[in-house]
Formats: sequence, C-alpha cells, structure tokens
Amino acid sequence: MTPSTLSQDSSRPTALRADAESQAASLPALLARAEHLAGAVLLGDHGRRRAGMGDDFWQYRPAQSGDSRRLIDHRRSARGDQEFVREREWQIAQSVMLWVDQGASMRFSSADDLPLKADRARLLGLATAILLVRGGERVGLTGTALPPRRGNAQILRLAEMFTQDAAEDYAPPEHRAMIPSARALFISDFMGDIDEVRLALTKAADRGVRGVLMHILDPSEEAFPFRGRTIFESVGGSLSHETLKASELKDRYLERLAARKSELQKLCALTGWQYGLHHTDASAQSALLWLYRALDTGGLR
Amino acid sequence: MTVLGGIGFTAPWLLLALLVLPVLWLILRAVPPAPIRRRFPGVALLLGLKDDETVSDRTPWWLLLLRMLAVAAIILGLAGPVLNPSEDQAQGDGPLLIVLDGSWAGATRWTEQEEAIAAQLTRASRAGRTVAFLDMARPEPPVFQTADVWRSRLPGFRPAPWQPDAARAAQAVSFAAAQDGFDTLWFSDGLDYPGREDALAAFESRGFVEVYQTAANVLALAPAGFEDGAVQLTALRAAAGPEREVTFQANGRDPAGNASILATASATFQAGNTIATTALALPSELRARITRFDLQGQRSAGTTTLADDGLRRREVALITGSENREGLPLLSPMHYIEQALLPTADLIRGDLRDVLPANPDVIVLADVATLAPAEAEQLGAWIDEGGMLVRFAGPRVAASDVSRIDEDPMMPVRLRSGGRTVGGAMSWGAPKKLAPFRETSPFFGLRIPDDVQVTSQVMAQPDPTLAARVIAELTDGTPLVTRKMREQGQIVLFHITATADWSTLPLSGLFVQMLERLAVSTSATRPSVTQLEGTTWTPELVMDGFGALRDAGTLPGVPGPDLLNAPPGPDMQPGIYASGDRRLARNVIEAETTITPVTWPVRIPVKGFAVPPEQPVAGWLLSLAILLLLADVVASLSLSGRLLGTVNRAAMVALAVTAGVMTPGTGHAQTPQADLFALDATAELALAYVQTGNQRVDEMSEAGLRGLSDTLFFRTSVEPAAPMGVDLEMDELAFFPILYWPITPDQPRPSSEAYAKLNEYLRSGGLILFDTRDADIARFGAASPNGRKLQDLAAPLDIPPLEPLPADHVLTRTFYLLQDFPGRHASRDVWVEAAPPDAEQVEGMPFRNLNDGVTPVVIGGNDWAAAWAVTSSGAPLVPIGRGFTGERQREIAFRFGVNLVMHVLTGNYKSDQVHVPALLDRLGQ
Repeated sequence: MTPSTLSQDSSRPTALRADAESQAASLPALLARAEHLAGAVLLGDHGRRRAGMGDDFWQYRPAQSGDSRRLIDHRRSARGDQEFVREREWQIAQSVMLWVDQGASMRFSSADDLPLKADRARLLGLATAILLVRGGERVGLTGTALPPRRGNAQILRLAEMFTQDAAEDYAPPEHRAMIPSARALFISDFMGDIDEVRLALTKAADRGVRGVLMHILDPSEEAFPFRGRTIFESVGGSLSHETLKASELKDRYLERLAARKSELQKLCALTGWQYGLHHTDASAQSALLWLYRALDTGGLR
Repeated sequence: MTVLGGIGFTAPWLLLALLVLPVLWLILRAVPPAPIRRRFPGVALLLGLKDDETVSDRTPWWLLLLRMLAVAAIILGLAGPVLNPSEDQAQGDGPLLIVLDGSWAGATRWTEQEEAIAAQLTRASRAGRTVAFLDMARPEPPVFQTADVWRSRLPGFRPAPWQPDAARAAQAVSFAAAQDGFDTLWFSDGLDYPGREDALAAFESRGFVEVYQTAANVLALAPAGFEDGAVQLTALRAAAGPEREVTFQANGRDPAGNASILATASATFQAGNTIATTALALPSELRARITRFDLQGQRSAGTTTLADDGLRRREVALITGSENREGLPLLSPMHYIEQALLPTADLIRGDLRDVLPANPDVIVLADVATLAPAEAEQLGAWIDEGGMLVRFAGPRVAASDVSRIDEDPMMPVRLRSGGRTVGGAMSWGAPKKLAPFRETSPFFGLRIPDDVQVTSQVMAQPDPTLAARVIAELTDGTPLVTRKMREQGQIVLFHITATADWSTLPLSGLFVQMLERLAVSTSATRPSVTQLEGTTWTPELVMDGFGALRDAGTLPGVPGPDLLNAPPGPDMQPGIYASGDRRLARNVIEAETTITPVTWPVRIPVKGFAVPPEQPVAGWLLSLAILLLLADVVASLSLSGRLLGTVNRAAMVALAVTAGVMTPGTGHAQTPQADLFALDATAELALAYVQTGNQRVDEMSEAGLRGLSDTLFFRTSVEPAAPMGVDLEMDELAFFPILYWPITPDQPRPSSEAYAKLNEYLRSGGLILFDTRDADIARFGAASPNGRKLQDLAAPLDIPPLEPLPADHVLTRTFYLLQDFPGRHASRDVWVEAAPPDAEQVEGMPFRNLNDGVTPVVIGGNDWAAAWAVTSSGAPLVPIGRGFTGERQREIAFRFGVNLVMHVLTGNYKSDQVHVPALLDRLGQ
C-alpha cells in the first residue's frame, strides 16, 4: 500500500485500524533487533552496572572543611574515627539528538541479501538510543517532533518515528531546535546537497553541539559496477542522468564520492564532530560499537 | 529440386534473400543498444558529468556477426536444403521386378536388405512404377502392384531355411516368361545355386538387370560330430579370403533351465582356406544339455547346427547276478553288452542300490532272478519315472520261480519253468532263427543276418497280453524279446543270455542295432539310409531362415530315408525329428554340403545395399538459428550489464548445486528417526512440550516455549535451542529438563509404556509443568473438564504429595524474586511437591530449611504458554490483560518461566542462602 492510497483510505476507521496494524507490525521487529544489538554491546563491551534509581555510589572521601554536615555518611564514619562523605556518581544526564535520514535515497539496496540503507540507519540509530537510554541519557530527535526524554517509553516513540518514510529524495539534515551543548548523531548517506550539511553542522557548532556523522553507503555506491548505456534515476525519481557508457563514468564518479567524503571529514574536523563510514554489507555490530565509543569519548560522562 | 554444389534446395529462390545481409549489417551497426533504467541514489554525484565520446556504444562486430549468422541460417534453412539428393532412377518408368534369393544365406543381413529394398520402393513410388516381388526360394507368380502396397508387405518376407534349386529357378523363369517387359533388381544372397544362370538370362531378355549384393562373405556351420572324446566343429565360408577367426557357441539350457551359452570355441580360417575346424571338449553332463551350435555374430539357419542323439551319451548301469568267475572276461555275462555299448554310452557298474541314486538312463540286469524287496521297490520307482530296465535271461532266471505263476512286476511276461533248448546235441530240431520284425516293433526295418541262431531260451507263458508285448520272435513264433510299458518307463526282456552261450545274437551287428533302436545306446555316427528304412520321423522343432527354432505344429512326418537324402525344402524343413525315443537333427548344412560364391557376368552392375539416404538439413539450420539467437540474447544482456545480477545468482546456484553434489553424504542415511531426534534434543538444551494432538494447543505451546527460550537467552546464561514437541509414545524424554504439558479434555491417555517412561523421567529429576489453562476456576475439582482430565492423566504418575506453592518456596527466588506466578490468567494457585512435615521455620530465618531436590511437578491453570507466546519475529502472540498492567503481567509470567527453568537446572541452590547467617557467623570468628 503506497502512502497516497493510505491517506485516502485512512478516512475509514477500519482501514485506519488495518493500516495501523501493518505499520505497527514492523515496529517490534525493529525494536527487537535494536535491543538485541544493544544488548550485545552492553554485555560484551562495557559490563557497566546500572544502579537502582540513578544515584550511583562513587566513592567515600574524607570530609573536608566546608562540607555540609548532612553530607557525612554516618554508617561509614561510625567504623572509625574519621568522618567520610559519600560521593555519588556525577549524573547530569546529557541530551542526545538523533537525525536519521528518512529520505527516499536511503531506501536502496543493490542486492537482495543486503538491507536497505534506511533499515541499517534506523537500526543503528535505535540501538544507540537504547544504549544511551540504558546509560541514563535523554534521547530525542533533532527538530521539534520528539524532544529528548529518558525512559523506555522514549525508545518506543523513537521506533515509531523511525517507521515514517519521507517522500523527498534527499532529505536535508534537520537542524532546528538544537539544544545547546547537547550531543547529536546524524545518520545519512549524505548524497544530497552538501551545503545543507554544512549549514546544519555550522549551526550545531555555534550552539556547542558536537556529535557524530555516520555515513552509510551501499557497496554498489562504492564500486559503481555499471556498464553500457544506462539511465540512472534517483530512488524518488526526481533526478536522472543518462550515459552512453556507464563504465567510462566510474573513475569520475569515484573521484566525486571521495571528494564528498573528504569534504564531510573536513567539515567534521572544523566543527569538532566525528565522521564514520559504514557500508551496509558490513556488520551492524561493529558500526554500533564504533558509534557508541564515538559518542562516549565525546565526553558524555 | 535444384542441386547446388552437391546440396539440393527445394526453394532455391529464397537464397536471394542472402543479398539483404549486408544491408542488415549496416542498419544493425547504426542502432545503439537500448538503455537500461537503473535506480541509483548516487546519481546526485553524477549530475553534470559528460560522456567522453559523443558516439554511442556501437554493437560489437562479433555480436553483429552472430546475428548475421542467425539470419543466414534462417534463410538457408527456409530454402530447404537436402543432403545426398538422390538422382532419379535411370531405368525408366516401366514395371519393376524385385528378385530375392530369399535363402538362409542372406538372413544375417536381412534387415539391411530390407532397408535397401525399402529405399528402392521409395524411389519406385516416386517414379510411379509398379513393382512385383519374386522370391527365388519360394517362387510364386509375380503380381505387379504399386510400390506403397509392397512397402507395407515388406516385413512379411522372411528368409527360407533352404537354398533355391534348379526346379525353383525353372519355375521363376517360367513366371518371368509370362510377363511382358520389366526391369529387374536382384537382391542376391551371395551364394550360387543351380538354375541361377537361366533365371538371369530370362530376366535380361525382359529388361535391365541390376544386382544388389552384400560384400560380406557367407559363412556356414557343418554338423557337429563327436570324435576322440570331443565335439568336432567345422565352419565353412563361401569365398576364400584373408585369415579370419570365427567363434562357435554351444547353446543349451543351464541347470536352472534357462537358455544360455554353455561353451564357446574359436577357430581360424587360414588365408585362402574355406574351412575352419576346432574341437570342443566338454563334460558329458554339459554336452548332453547342448541343443544347438551356432556362429557368433551370424544369424541364419546355415550357421546353426542342431545337436541330436549323436552328442548324447546315455548312462547305462550294468548289474550282474554274480561275478564269481574271475579272469574269464569272455565268459562274463556283461562282456558283449559292454563291447556293444562302450563307444556310445557311459557305463556304470556296481550294486543296484549304489547305482540307483546316480539315476542312470538304463539299467541292464544280466541273469538276475530275484531282487530284494527294498531293491525292487526302488527300482520300480525309478522305472515309473522313465527308467528303462533291460533284462537278460540265463540259467538262474530259468531255474528260479520268478514270474512263474503271477507276473512279476519287474518282468514283462510270465515265464515257463526251465526254458527250452533247441538244436543241441541232445535235442531234436535245428537252432532257431529270427523271424522278420513286425511293423509295430521298434526293430522294424533292421536286416537280420543269416548267421544269428538261438539255441536256448526261456519261454513266455501264453497269455492274453503276450502278443502285444512281443517285439521280436523266432521263426517258430516263440517270443525272443518282450517289452512291457510301466508308467513312464519300460521293462525289456531278452529271452536269451547276454553272452554267446544261448545264441549268436550277441556276436552279431544286429545286437548293437537292436540296442540302438531301444535307445539303450545312441549311435556315434549318423544312421545310414538302410538303418532308417521303414521308420517315420515326426518333426518336433523346425528352424526358420534365421536359425530360430519353433514348434513344428502339425507338420507331417517324413520317412526315415528322406530325412537323410531329400534336400531341404518346404516338405523337408530343417529341425529336430523324433521317432520313438530317438531324436535326429536335420540341418541345413550337411556334412557333404559345400557353398560356392556367386559370380555375376561383368555386364551386370552389382551394387551394395548401402544407399546414402536423402537428408533434409533445414531443421538443423533452423535450430542453429535459434541457438544463435539465444546466444545473442545472452550476449546482448551481458554487454549492457543487465546480466550481472542474474549471472551472479546463477553462479551461486551452480556453486550450491556443485557443492551439494560434491559433499559426501554427511551423517548416516540409515540413522533411525529416534537417533535424529536424540541428536536434535541433546545438541543443545531444549525446552519441550507434550504434544496433545490438538493443533492449536500444540502451536501455542511451541510459541510459548519459543518466547520463554528467547527470554532465557536474552536475560540469563541459559541459551536454549528451539523448543521441541514430544510424542510421549515414541520419543525419549530423558533429554529434556522440563516438559510443558497443557491439558486438553480430548487428548489421548498415554499407554502404560509411556507412563513407565514418564515415571522414570520424574524419578530421574525431570519436571513436568501441568497447565490446565482454565484459570483454575474449579480449583482442581471435578467441575472443570480440564481438571477432570488432569486427574485422569496424572493418576498413574508417581507424584508425591502436593501443596500450594508456599511463600518461601525456592521457586520464588531462583532468579527473580516473585510472589505471583501469572500466565494469561493470574490465579495464585500453583501446586508443587509438599515440604516435609518437619520443616519448621527457624526464628530469624527468612525461610525454612527445605529439602534438596526439585519438585517433580508444578501444576497450575494460568495458561503460561499463551503469556510467553511470541511470533517468529518476536512479537507477542496473545494479548494479555489490559494496557500496561497487561504488559507487566506478561513480564511477570516470563519471570516465572525463567525462575522455573532456573529451578530445574540449579535445583535448590538458592535455598542454600538459609545457611548465610551461619557462614557469616563463621567468618566473623
């Protein structure tokens, strides 16, 4: 069912219900996969124990002058003569804003056994979100649609947002309503206008937002294995380019792609972001590990 | 049809279309291949890129050539090319006479000849000629008919097992003379025969004569002889030629009764020689089974020779009354019989009881009067089965009372006592001579030498049956040889001794001939005409021209002399002939037969059978065109890059297929199902459910355990494999730590063997989770059908006393801390094994110090499977409760499942916490 017929049929309650069911059916799958992915990272990489209600014990330190009497931990202090202060883990939650490209260009895979780029992007985004939520952070989307919140319900909302495809071919990064000094994660193929990306990053840098650019590419976009007379069309159909000898174009296409990558990297270096490249034929696990570390080392804690 | 360069074309004008090919070349070259539309997000990077060459990708020259070839093949194919176009018959269009020799000599190549004739008929039919056939071996007045009529009758012609002869040739000449004018096609067998020249002259006087003849030499097989203990085989060939080896085959029945080749022998025609001989030594048992000899690779009556009694040697047992006179061989009662039989029979000597198990053909008793009752009984049985008992009289028989008053079963007639002596010194009268044999006698036709005299004999008692039993008598009418049939066998009595004491018969040649006639012996040489005088032989099996034997049916018998003298023909067909017990083979080739090759005058054109047939090649060309076009499709696709995905997939499929083929059989194909089940169940830990036979319940159980397995996998270090259904009757239970058993009112009650297995399972530490799935509304009363069924099912089980799950039971803390155990329903009542009555809660302890071991059963009605059930994608299958509390209930249900599995796997480990205070106490000191 295409989106257009969907909106027409949605006037009838039964159609709406059926449509909602089919839309919702994909949600648990994405959630489950993302949780599975996130669970593996949690177990394998960190083994970080989560405290009950969020106030983690950090250390006991001797009480110094200036400490409030109320801060003294009597239970510890009673064992000896010295007074101790119980320090808790520094727990100011960060806000992380995701932007996962929902444009039509992401709905592409060159082979049946490869996932769509959009699938991989959403999976990575959601898994990262789960990890962050478990870490106690607040996660949301850039823009005004879903401001950062904490808790498992936010994961559900994120998953719901991720099921909505955008109609336009190359979606520009959403850079509105960025929270100052927050973190951001942009996942896209960055095939669209580079100026939009530059604008978004500059704006983010202005507000002290740092983060990660995740560049997702299909293997065929790296290899350009085409020959003969070909009309290339964008997935949405808005762009097309005809060539008589596709094989002749390969070198120049690869040059342009490399230029695009280096420009993104330069942009990231300028704004203090991190740049990551992921191919859909690689394992999502490694990408998630990289992502999580990139966000981690960015000073989340 | 136009012939161009040896190839005929039915539509030659179509070839002009070949001129279009260069034009087509130019057109195809100018048109670029069609573009492919391809979705590619990277197009944004391509925008603005210009092609280096403004010319389009031209179709490569080899692809063009491929297409040109395809078009050329189509044009050529449609023009109707024909290979070997046969030229029209040069002999005009009058009637055509096809003459066949039709003898056995052509049988081996009969099918080739038939094909050649069919080809000639096709040509005649095309030329509109009428055709007649004249078979020289069986001449009949020729009838001219259209060739098509003859073609359908062509398979009816069969080679005759004889040669044309002068008389038949003369007949053919007369038939030819009756016709006006015709051309002749003569299909010769390659052998000359009398009258052929005359026939050729007659045909030539009527028109053109053309001879078709195979170049192969004609072979023949002379009758097999028996000499020097071996079968002598002789092969003949018509024309002397280079050295050539032939292989003889001895055909017969193997011990199982199937026709087979019993032996082979090879012989060599020396260069320039027309005869090849060899000897084949065989054991007599094997030799007796041979029915015919033939030549390998030949299939005609001439290369088949039938074996008859000449090769068969009978086993004759000789038994005398007493052998007390050593060193006097000439006086031995058996001497003359031995001498008569030695060349032609295998002799056995010994006691009667030793001889009988060898099952001889004939037993000769010389002057044996009485037989022991046991011997008589065995001998009688042997005779009844077809044995032949030949007795000779003598002094003991004459002196005994055997067959005196009553006819002895082992004697053909009653005997008078004493016998008589004639022509002796003390008696009147001259020695008696033999009277000529009567027609009913088997000896009829034998010449009686003058010097055969009988001086003594035993006398037969006159009797009503006597006359019928006499087969030889003296001139005064007294019986000399009598015979009695008994069941399938016979008893023959010579009223004289086997020695020369009583008569001179054993000294004469007549004695040997008489034994032959009685089939006591078989002659080594073929009987002479005089020996066969007066006999009539009926055909049993006759041969056709191919050498195949068939039943003679109602063919009339032939006189004995004809069997040897008359040439083979319709009245004297080759085959097996029988007279009485004797069998004689009449072969196509007799010992004195010679075969001579035919020589045709030089004016007669002689051709071989092989005529290269016309071969239309249009179909081949059109197929080639299609193949080329297919290749063009593949090539075009690959050129334009569209083949890429397909090729990859195809290559993978091919690889997979190859791998599948190459992989040696892994595992054991013969592994029983039970073993496979055991392997599956034990490879990894698996949760199991009892199959109830209700499909919905079983599916729900599986989905529920799948959900629980996933939960365990995700949350704990227990990583179960996919859940398995268990058939209580068939499957082994010991592999599973836990069985989930949903109760349905209609499930069958397990058999007593299954209950034995279940009890064993419970005793060895297994756990069964019974689920009545009815929210336990009846509290295990009889009111709920599921509850009743549970009581019924569990009655034979070895279940300890139960109690509702106490608050301090280990199930409440094996992994999660739980107070409730909900499934789809949230009833609190779950029953487990009761704690021992002496378990008392100690002050200050959180729970009692309970027994070790795992409760063997957990009984509840909360329909846990439904709460656990997930689809294959991991989504919950059944809605639980309402809203978020429902989700909470599902979560608690999962936790109960985790606790349960942990309880099964770890036992009462968590109960050990009861000792924590004591441990702390000890640490403190």
